[in-house]
Amino acid sequence: MIRKTLLGAAAALAFAAPAAAQDFAIINATVATGDGSEPIENATVLVRGGKVVAAGTGVTVPAGVETIDGSGRWVTPGIVASATTLGLWDVGAVSQSNDQAAGDSDFGAALDVVPALNPASQHVAVSRASGVTRATVYSRPSESIFGGQGAVVDLGADANMVSKPRAFQMVALGEYGARIAGGSRTASFVELAAALRDAREVAAGQRDAEDSRLNRQDAEALVDVLSGKQALYVVVDRASDIRQVLGLTATYPRLDLVLVGAAEGWLVANEIAAAGVPVITDPLDDLPVSFEQLAATQSNVGRMVDAGVKVAIGTLDGGTGSQPRNAAQFAGNLVALQNVPRASGLTWGEAFAAITSVPAQIAGFDGSFGTLSPGATGDVVMWDGDPLEVTSAPVRVFIDGIEQPLVNHQTRLRDRYRDLDESDLPKAYDW
Amino acid sequence: MKRLRAITLLGGALALSACATTGGATGSSAETTTASSEAAGTPYASTYSAYPGVPTALVGATIYDGAGGVIENGTVLFRDGKVVEVGANLSTDGYTVLDGTGKFVTPGIIDIHSHLGDYPTPSVDAHSDGNEATSPTTPDVWAEHSVWPQDPGFSRALANGGITSLQILPGSANLVGGRSVTLKNVPARTVQGMKFPGAPYGMKMACGENPKRVYGSRGRMPSTRMGNFAVNRQTWLDAKAYAEGDRKKRDLAKETMAGVLDGDILVHNHCYRADEMALVMDMAKEMGYKVSAFHHAVESYKIGDLLRENDVCSAIWADWYGFKMESYDGIPENGALLWQAGACVVIHSDDENGIQRLNQEAAKAQAAGKRMGLDIPDAEVIGWITLNAAKAMGIDGMTGSLEAGKMADVVLWNGDPLSVYSRPEKVWVDGALMYDANDPKRRPVSDFELGQPGEGDVK
Repeated sequence: MIRKTLLGAAAALAFAAPAAAQDFAIINATVATGDGSEPIENATVLVRGGKVVAAGTGVTVPAGVETIDGSGRWVTPGIVASATTLGLWDVGAVSQSNDQAAGDSDFGAALDVVPALNPASQHVAVSRASGVTRATVYSRPSESIFGGQGAVVDLGADANMVSKPRAFQMVALGEYGARIAGGSRTASFVELAAALRDAREVAAGQRDAEDSRLNRQDAEALVDVLSGKQALYVVVDRASDIRQVLGLTATYPRLDLVLVGAAEGWLVANEIAAAGVPVITDPLDDLPVSFEQLAATQSNVGRMVDAGVKVAIGTLDGGTGSQPRNAAQFAGNLVALQNVPRASGLTWGEAFAAITSVPAQIAGFDGSFGTLSPGATGDVVMWDGDPLEVTSAPVRVFIDGIEQPLVNHQTRLRDRYRDLDESDLPKAYDW
Repeated sequence: MKRLRAITLLGGALALSACATTGGATGSSAETTTASSEAAGTPYASTYSAYPGVPTALVGATIYDGAGGVIENGTVLFRDGKVVEVGANLSTDGYTVLDGTGKFVTPGIIDIHSHLGDYPTPSVDAHSDGNEATSPTTPDVWAEHSVWPQDPGFSRALANGGITSLQILPGSANLVGGRSVTLKNVPARTVQGMKFPGAPYGMKMACGENPKRVYGSRGRMPSTRMGNFAVNRQTWLDAKAYAEGDRKKRDLAKETMAGVLDGDILVHNHCYRADEMALVMDMAKEMGYKVSAFHHAVESYKIGDLLRENDVCSAIWADWYGFKMESYDGIPENGALLWQAGACVVIHSDDENGIQRLNQEAAKAQAAGKRMGLDIPDAEVIGWITLNAAKAMGIDGMTGSLEAGKMADVVLWNGDPLSVYSRPEKVWVDGALMYDANDPKRRPVSDFELGQPGEGDVK
């Protein structure tokens, strides 16, 4: 049976001139704004010129604005996925298609994901269809403790993926950095200090090539880290390691630190909160995977949030079970913990904020991504149910007020194999 | 943050890590009595027997029996380790009554594909015991001889996933990886103390990328998919010759293969691509054995008809895809399309985290079907992680559903098990309460965790 798709893959993936932003209002919907508040029933979201004008009850829809009935639907800001590899790979184990790490490069901190990003990647399309509209993309530390410079991206079906280039640097400490640096945490801290000294000398125009640990490009790339213009994402898990990282600001007062991982963050939650350092974490890790994660628990996020730490759910990278599209499921699990005795979970509003407004704040887009506050970017998702429930999915996705195609390799396979009838022609003709 | 540092996506360690990427009650020790169901003389026999329990009536909950049935406001009765009766309005005389109003009851959840104990946490090199990757065919190795019963992962699977039985498979580096072992998820000092009494052995096989990559990279056969089949077929022919002889000369490898040919050992075949699964099913016909289940099987939806005709289950993830070439066509509708074709669906984990959420993964697979117009009843979906798994493991006569006479492997959920918001409240294995969310001490803490940060914490 031959089926015509209205929006063929070619149209969806060829990136014709970007569509114009629509003015639209979704009415009669359950609206969650992403700011930590609980959902509002029978509410309206109004988007004009690619920006959110209003969200909530009592919103008047101006004449002439397209009105979408949201009865039985939920409307939210798009999910902001933290610390992903979206756009950097096609098939994990096919190294030619995989730009997540540059294991044989002479460069570390200077590596920049921007030229490698591919907005046509299937993982971008699959994540988009699941309601992910923005993400941060990192370069994985491999030969150097510095992975390179990550970007903030949008998942729109157009040629321009970058919302903010060179938004952060990633450095590996703990066991991971120790292994790279020479086998010990002692080495990784000296590496870090030497690198930042090189950056300071470059910034001051005093670089002595003979006495530099880093090549020029890597040193230059760290200048904005040293000054705090560029965030430093530090991969770290053990409580003692987290304390050491927080202590770096005694020496480098302008560092803009973000902890990535922080499996034992709850043990030092008060210190993290006092330092005002945000955390991006994989929230359901509860196993002693390594000796630096002995205290791992699913209550890690809840306890940190209770202590006043700003926590985003993220690092759901990789091609297996931890996909950005499952961020909502992970957030929902933290809501579930509210009903588990002695566990620390999140309210629904807190959990949803952990995949919308909080990651947006950490990415430097407070108030413009991950929220439906007035003036925010028109990244809007209409869902067929509670977005944190595993049975729910988006029915419409807007990025910058532009409605997005939800087709991808997976939906096309689904449509082809809806039946196994080959009585007229082989399956290969069903497209 | 193990994934960030993982090199699995770079391909190197793929086949050598996991398969895809590559409080007891007081009383007599359960480990000192040989279980009566083990034949005398069985090597490494199970020493597991049920811990004490009290006659229990779960009243007022929604009951999914695992066999496709659902009873609203029903009663489950169990005592002496066995399910006595399941129904509505049953007498609870002589039972300790637990109010299940607003809650749900399912059979104990079963994971058909786990590496707990063989790849335990901490995930250090010293614990990498799941792949005897020194020869493409190692039917002579037994997964149970690698199981570390102190793996903290068992307790997480119990408390968060409601897992009461699980199959531990060797990894997928080899064409024939060795024997699997089925365990009851009850802590023990020995693996014998966890072995599921009377469970048949499985034999792990793997097709596709892993064996040809692992051995091809060493300049030896197999280095291609055709090489995979050539080695497999010759191995089977040699095993058949052994099996047809007097079998007097002990040969551990051929004994395992002969056990498959005899129908006593069940084949669990790691395989991703539809075309390859079709070839494997023909190889099974050629050599005279049956594939019990294809594992991972991300392309099963392309051959649901063949799988139904050959009576082969697909043990699948809800949505994993893209991590290797042969997983590129994985889609979330895989399970639903198999169900539509009338083929057997099992949701598996292959992961120490995923095993804690098989119920959620099943719900995701169900929902993907619903969005394409396939309405699969909740009660059937529960079967994907209970009775269907038990069938493919050969233990469905003993567990997998709440039917009179079966093991009282039971989970009381605090809400709909197909919702992200629900967790196990109580888990019984053979009628013994092994986890209780309301009792801080009724949870296992492994030897490894004693005295460590987070000991006894909610996990």
